[in-house]
Parts: sequence; structure tokens; C-alpha cells
Amino acid sequence: MIGGLVGPLALVVVGILFPAAIAGMLPRLLRTTLLLSLPIAISALLVNLFFFPGGQTVLFRLGPITATAEGAALALEILVRILAIAGAVTLFYLTTDPRDLTLDLERRGVSSRVAFVANASVQTVPAMLERANTITAAQRARGLDTEGSFLRRLRGIVPIVGPTIIGSISDVEERTMALEARGFTRPGRRTLLWSPADSPAQAIARWALVLVVPALIAARVAGLLG
Amino acid sequence: MLELRNVSYRYAGATRASLREVSLQLHDGEVMGLVGASEAGKTTTCLVASGLAPRAVGGRMLGALLVDGVDVTNEPMHVLAGSIGIAFQSPATQLSGVAATVYEEVAFGAMNLGMPRTEVIARTESALDALRIASLAEREPSRLSGGQMQLVALAGLLAMGPRHLLLDEPTAQLDPVGTRLVADAIQRLAAAGTSILVAEQKTDLLRDLASRVVAIHAGRVALEGPAVEVLADPRLVELGVAAPAAARLERLARERGLDPAPLLEAARS
Repeated sequence: MIGGLVGPLALVVVGILFPAAIAGMLPRLLRTTLLLSLPIAISALLVNLFFFPGGQTVLFRLGPITATAEGAALALEILVRILAIAGAVTLFYLTTDPRDLTLDLERRGVSSRVAFVANASVQTVPAMLERANTITAAQRARGLDTEGSFLRRLRGIVPIVGPTIIGSISDVEERTMALEARGFTRPGRRTLLWSPADSPAQAIARWALVLVVPALIAARVAGLLG
Repeated sequence: MLELRNVSYRYAGATRASLREVSLQLHDGEVMGLVGASEAGKTTTCLVASGLAPRAVGGRMLGALLVDGVDVTNEPMHVLAGSIGIAFQSPATQLSGVAATVYEEVAFGAMNLGMPRTEVIARTESALDALRIASLAEREPSRLSGGQMQLVALAGLLAMGPRHLLLDEPTAQLDPVGTRLVADAIQRLAAAGTSILVAEQKTDLLRDLASRVVAIHAGRVALEGPAVEVLADPRLVELGVAAPAAARLERLARERGLDPAPLLEAARS
């Protein structure tokens, strides 16, 4: 039986930390994963440590609440699972260029429109942030107060969000026309100039995952992993 | 030749037509200027001539759009994209937003048309050379200046091999240096045989670029003829278009009984 704590822990080490170390991303991965999982990890720890319903073994008391060993064990299990999820997302983010991903999906037969939407969505975020910064600066130059109390900041958001969204929608309209004029709506496959680098080791790792993940799920369902 | 034959066009939901019985002929290798006050119909003319209106924009069009005498009014947009290119005012919104480098951005349209890979590469490199931006090939498009972005947008159109280009105020958001870059590019493209319609408020620029000018007012062609004549026509001001500085200088000199030739020469130098 390798369920409970050992399974997710093994997954974190073998599936996340080891590949991150090979990619030379281990320090960044650890930093980002911890930042990403910290808020939910803290709340999961506190809730389970102090409010686990079946807790019998008392570790310590804080006024009216009691920390139990059973709660601590469950909190630890949940923490490792959170780390596994956050670590996997971070590893993907750190090692995969969105353009490479969408290009490879397109190469493998995904519609160019789907690939474009996925890619453009990622690329649009910095442009929207830049627009929002420009509008914020312009509104502040006209006397808008975006600092101070929470309520004051909240009031300051409205004149920024409106122009940011309307401006972005207007841009989308012109961008859509520009795409039409550049033959984007043509049916059939487009020509792709290059493919992302793909080594035999990566191909083997992908196929291994294709085999291992269903096997793990099947083992779990069959109760072999506890 | 690109031709609008007796075209009227009304945007969806609009109560009146934005273009009324407009007929234009854009000949191969010609640069034609299109002037008019705001909302006179310049952008709409470009949209209709490119095929985007009504296909992508909606609305209702009467009349015909012809390429080399063939009626293409009902052809789908991706078919027209190979022969008619259009550029808009804002350089940033014309970029695909998904290309990591200028090279990929320029190749984007040719890739969409499904050309063989070798042809896409040849056309991309040729377009970069034609607009003299090969040195930008590895740069990230979103980090270019406005003038450079507009040149990249033009190169992207050029790589698709259109014989007709419609430029809707291509220098509106550019500084003088960017304006000059685009103007030089337009001249080179026209010299290579591309016909170009330039909707532009900067009549001084059109005086240098265009051989013919059409002035549009309230959706109708109000003046049409050789650039020198139309841009010097006193009625231009009544249409809400500022005459070129040279034309104003010439008129003032004549009103004061002076010979305008030496003044114009001095202004040029």
C-alpha cells in the first residue's frame, strides 16, 4: 500500500522535482510552487489540525480549540497533494512556451482557430495590463484618486476598468478584420514554418506518461494504492 | 485593376448609407490618394474595396467590386486576401498577436493561405527586403516603434502577394520619421507594380506620393483627378480637407501678385 502520504510524495519527487532539476528549474519551481500553494496550504493546515472531527490524540491546546495527531496527519496528506497540483502546474508553466504548445497542437491536427485563441489569450494579458497602466496614468493626471482607503481605491477602479474593457473590445474588432484580410478564415490547414524541438527522450517520457497515468488510476480504483 | 462600380453601402443598423454610388478605378502600379473630412466615407471605401464590408463588417452593399474586370463581389474573404491587402490606422491591432518574431509575423498571412513552406519563406524574406526591415526579423513585434510596426504590417500584407493595397490612414499614429518610412515603402511598392489606395489626411504627403486624388464628401465622390489639380482645388477646403502647404503658398502668392515659383523652390530646399 503506497497511498496516503507516500503516493503523492513520490509523485512530487519523481514527477515534479526530478524533471524540474533536469530542466534546471528547481529553485524557481520551489519558489513559485510555495507562493502559489501557501494561502490554501495554510487554511488546509489550520482547518484539519484543529477541527478534524475524528481527532482523538491531543497534541496541544490553544484556548478552546485542540490540535490532534489525526488532524495533523490528514493536513500533511492534503498539503502534499496541494504541492503536487501546484508543482505540476508550475512545472508546466516554467518549461512550456505557450507558442510552442499551440504550434505543436496545431501540427497534431488541432484547428488553427483553437490554437490561435489559446495563444492569443495568453498574449493579450500583457497588452491589457499595459493599456490599464496607461489609462490609470491618464486618469490620475486628471485628478482621479487611486490611492488611500479601500473604498477610495474601489471608486477609482470604475473609470479605469470601463475604458480598458471598451478599448480592448474595439481593438478586437479591428484585429478581427486584420486577421480576415490576412486569410485567417481560409478553410483547410495552414502552412507551419517550424516545429518545436522534440528529443527522443521527451517522446519516451510522453509515452511513459500515457501508459503510467491510466495504470495508476486503474490501480487506485482497484484499491491497490490504499 | 481594382474597381468599385456604382457602390452604395450602409452599415448594419445605420439609417443612411455611408457610401452612395461611388465608382473608382485603381490602376496597376498607381498610387491614388483618398481625402475627405472625418466620417466622409474614407474608411468605408477602404473596407468595401478590400471586401471586408460587408463580409466581416455586416451591412448592405449595392453595386460591384471587380478585380481585373472580374466581379468578385460575392467571393469569400480568404479568396480576396491573396489579391487585395488592407492596412489600418493602428499599427498594433494589425499584428496577429501570436508571433514571437517579426519574421513569423510577416509570414503569418502567407502561412494562412496554405502556400508551400519554401514559398512562404521566399515571400517573407522578399517582403522584409522590399520594406528594408530585414534587420528587424528576429525582434519581438510588440516591442517595435509605431513606424516599425506599420512597416511590419505592410510587409505581412506584401508577403501574401496582393496586387492591390488599401491603406487607411497608415501614418495617422506615426511621428515624422515613421511617416517617412511608410511613404518610402509605398513608393517602392508602387514602383514594383502594386496599385495602392491611400486614405490620408496629410495632403502634403499625398502631394508627394499620389498621381491621382479622389475627394469624398458625405459618401459621394466630390472631386477626382490628377493629384496636383485636386489638391490645389479651392473647393477642397469646403470639403473639410486642408490643402497642402505648397498649394496654400502658391495661392497666397498669386493673390498678392507674386510669382510662386521661387517661393515654392525656396520652400522645397
